[in-house]
Amino acid sequence: MSAATDQSSERPGARSPRLAAVLAWLLRHAILIFARFVTAVRPVWAGTAPIPTQRIYFANHSSNGDFVLIWTVLPATLRSATRPVAASDYWLTSQLRAFIGREVFNAVLIDRRPEMRTEDPVALMTGALDQGSSLIIFPEGKRNSGPEQLLPFKSGLYHMAVARPDIDLVPVYIRNLNRVMPKGEVIPVPLICSVIFGEAMHLSPGETKDDFLSRARQALLDTSKAS
Amino acid sequence: MNTSPDLFLLLGAVAAILVVATVIGQALRLRYSPDGANAVIENLNARILSWWGMVILLGLAFVAGRGGVIVLFALCSFAALREFLTLTNTTRADHWALVASFFGVLPVQYWLVWTDWYGLYAIFIPVYAFLLLPIISALRGSTDSFLARVSETQWALMIAVFCVSHVPALLTLQIPGFEGRNVLLIAWLVFVVQLSDVLQYTWGKLFGRHPVAPSLSPSKTWEGLIGGVLSATLAGASLWWITPFTFEQALGMGLIITLMGFCGGLVMSAIKRDRGVKDWGHLIEGHGGFIDRLDSVMFAAPIFFHVVRYGWSTV
Repeated sequence: MSAATDQSSERPGARSPRLAAVLAWLLRHAILIFARFVTAVRPVWAGTAPIPTQRIYFANHSSNGDFVLIWTVLPATLRSATRPVAASDYWLTSQLRAFIGREVFNAVLIDRRPEMRTEDPVALMTGALDQGSSLIIFPEGKRNSGPEQLLPFKSGLYHMAVARPDIDLVPVYIRNLNRVMPKGEVIPVPLICSVIFGEAMHLSPGETKDDFLSRARQALLDTSKAS
Repeated sequence: MNTSPDLFLLLGAVAAILVVATVIGQALRLRYSPDGANAVIENLNARILSWWGMVILLGLAFVAGRGGVIVLFALCSFAALREFLTLTNTTRADHWALVASFFGVLPVQYWLVWTDWYGLYAIFIPVYAFLLLPIISALRGSTDSFLARVSETQWALMIAVFCVSHVPALLTLQIPGFEGRNVLLIAWLVFVVQLSDVLQYTWGKLFGRHPVAPSLSPSKTWEGLIGGVLSATLAGASLWWITPFTFEQALGMGLIITLMGFCGGLVMSAIKRDRGVKDWGHLIEGHGGFIDRLDSVMFAAPIFFHVVRYGWSTV
């Protein structure tokens, strides 16, 4: 009895996977409804259509709600096949976060700290792709709270483009969420947000890492101007 | 609430109008836009469909009584405030002032209407919110565009919360001989103002040549304004028997609220123009946002409320 309790305190849901699944489902839908209530979020399919092809969505990052908004606007069939890539050094720091990250969002958790890593992030992401999932990644690497519209991109997106060159890379610009919940604030202000999906891109033959990353960053900036 | 037979008569009449509109809309579609290519006809049908939704929601709120009406308009205020503040220049420094607006000022205003506290709901936003919210913003220390930011927040609260709350506030008036029928004041106000919008659109589409304010809104024409205001006022006056007004009084009231409604549309268009958007939002299919649909009611409601209160109410 006490052993079971101990075990469940290590990993929520271990005692009853079914209960955990139900809880995760409820929490997921509560979060989606809350996101709509606060942001009335609207998808703008400017360069791509909401069809079930495998993709890597890469988006700007200013808030923890970013991938919730992308998720909210994806049709349910696409949503269940789309996994966010998130930082394990953030999402595994408390039990509640770990439950939300793993069970509710089904995130691919990677460690941003090279010195602490036990698994290679690119291997984790390609593994998820090979299981058929689409991914949501934030190539800025951390939440942007400064005046710059986009921070420089980290190299992960390039490595993914090299590893799986056939998969569509779709720029996704999330507009206004930084005003809804600026970094450090806990209560969101209701404002209307849009999620703009740009034109899919791929690695060009012979393209260098720096060229590709600046082209991807520019594609995301261009996407932000669509209406 | 004592829902009088007059209310169901009016709702039935509106439903009949919508049936006719739906039939016309679908006939136009079959004739001119079978493949959905004609944008005007598609938009017309989207508007009619949304009208069904709005009329059903309003009808349900009327039947649910005072609580239902207050909750419905509080939600409209919430959506309108969200649309308005989305287009302002507020920054991080206003975060707590905005949180206080949404989760403090808005519910308190509707609670005051619910408890019938006229002395406070009439001044709560113009006095208390006006003075307290800039203090919250100032305490954060950022002075960039300070005046513009606090003014926009105050304007947003006035238009989206204060003005809209005067629709349910009509329920608190006490008019001798009209007891238990106040919901008809709301029904009449909303019907006449919205009918005026629809008729301005219709007259404008059919006969509109001369724009009233070409730089603001090319679709608002003198032909639409005069035709819409006069025909909606006449329709409102012919319903005098469901109001506390005589026929002549209903005529005057109809003129006041339809003209205020037109001006509301004009002012809100000026703001949209300035911010470079076509619609306030996207939640009401075919119409745009809540403010797009409510702008005329926002301008008409407080004036209507105070004229009725001064001329007919005993409180």
